[in-house]
Amino acid sequence: MSPQPISTLKGFGVTFKQIFKKPITQQYPEYKRPVYPRFRGRHRLWRHENGLEKCVGCSLCAAASPSDCIRVIADENTPDNRVSAGERYARIYEINMSRCIFCGYCELACPFDAITLGHEYEISEYNRDDQIYTKDMLLAPPVKHVPVADPDLYDTPIPYYETHS
Amino acid sequence: MTEPWWIALIEALLVVNLLLGLFAYLTLIERKLLGRMQLRYGPNRAGKFGLLQPIADLVKLIRKEAFAPSSAVDLLYILAPIVSAFTAIAAFSVIPFGPGWTVNGWHINGEVANVSIGLILVFALGSIGIYGFIVGGWASESKFSMLGSMRTCAQLVSYEVSLALSVLGVVILGRSLNLPEIVHRQGELLPFVAPQFIGMLVFVMGGIAETSRAPFDLPEAEQELVAGYHTEYSGMRWGLFQMAEYINLITLSGLMVTLFLAGWHGPWDLGPLWFLLKLLGVLFVFIWLRATLPRLRYDQLMRFSWKVLLPVATINAVITALVVVWA
Repeated sequence: MSPQPISTLKGFGVTFKQIFKKPITQQYPEYKRPVYPRFRGRHRLWRHENGLEKCVGCSLCAAASPSDCIRVIADENTPDNRVSAGERYARIYEINMSRCIFCGYCELACPFDAITLGHEYEISEYNRDDQIYTKDMLLAPPVKHVPVADPDLYDTPIPYYETHS
Repeated sequence: MTEPWWIALIEALLVVNLLLGLFAYLTLIERKLLGRMQLRYGPNRAGKFGLLQPIADLVKLIRKEAFAPSSAVDLLYILAPIVSAFTAIAAFSVIPFGPGWTVNGWHINGEVANVSIGLILVFALGSIGIYGFIVGGWASESKFSMLGSMRTCAQLVSYEVSLALSVLGVVILGRSLNLPEIVHRQGELLPFVAPQFIGMLVFVMGGIAETSRAPFDLPEAEQELVAGYHTEYSGMRWGLFQMAEYINLITLSGLMVTLFLAGWHGPWDLGPLWFLLKLLGVLFVFIWLRATLPRLRYDQLMRFSWKVLLPVATINAVITALVVVWA
């Protein structure tokens, strides 16, 4: 190692050279880094091909949630008001996004693949009350598009329900 | 011939405004340059290239709630940042940025105030500025502030001794304490950086410690003392302390340009422009130092001041005096 003043001056050279290199910052709103295929973002409720909801209101997701953020009130499917594919449907289904920790246990607990965690992560609101997402909001497809990384680059398997309906 | 009082007034207003503008954009230049040295962009969201960032900071500071600790000594608490900021701006008034011009029979000075002992005035005002830091820390009635201000002021006072001794060589060579006179002599002879290189190094190190810049910025190190003497200040009062620090930095750089780098001299007779370019060069070196060097520990700092810097400055002054008398 060179004596102390020389090595300090070499340090100055390093800092000086860095001025002329291109910064490695990714500017966020213009460039959004692609998320992984199994990224746990905003929840989505799914429907069958024929339009019936998959969710039968069994509340297994509410029981599985560690932070107790899902509220499910179930109701009977009547012949003239058939909402889901089973006997009951979820009349009220709300998730409190400010309590949710996005762990994905509700997705693992659901026996019907009705709720999954999608890729959307830009879900900021100005009020706490707006953070309680109702069933309509969860059923709807995401408004903002988030780039997703190419699944072929990763050898993690994609869950069955994400490729079949 | 002397300058009429109304020209002096206009010049003072102009220089103070330009100084404050330079301070505002120096904060931006520093953040962007530090960012580039660390392979990132500096602020670039507020306006193109971040050019409105200082204005955004100003609006934020003004609109912030200016709380005060309930047990703070009211008058001193409010006066402390004012004293620091005032002395910092006042110290810049003696630095010559031009040769002096004569327009239409009226004379315009090349500096705001031509004081025959200008160099001593700068150091005196710097010492009064230290009062602002001490009193601010004490008047906050908080242990962090008190300890922080004690450490700050011990550091500032120690390095001030070496700083004053390091310019003794320049004073001997320049035969005067009057700053425009020193610049003139550098124009005739040569920039004093050549004969006084060691003096300049001591001046740089003492100066960086005087203005609490890295690597001597222990007073500001958040991990050590929360924020030292300005812990209990918020909003524009904190802004005034920052202003005092940055304008001290600009004054110090101006002093370095004046004493060692031949002030406003340069080819093609463009006085103030050369001064500004040299000033920006010196500021670039200070920002470069901040980006590169880690912080000194407090005991390393004090040991360096008394055991290294002071003897070197003294020996430099003695050798300069001997050479000048016997040559």
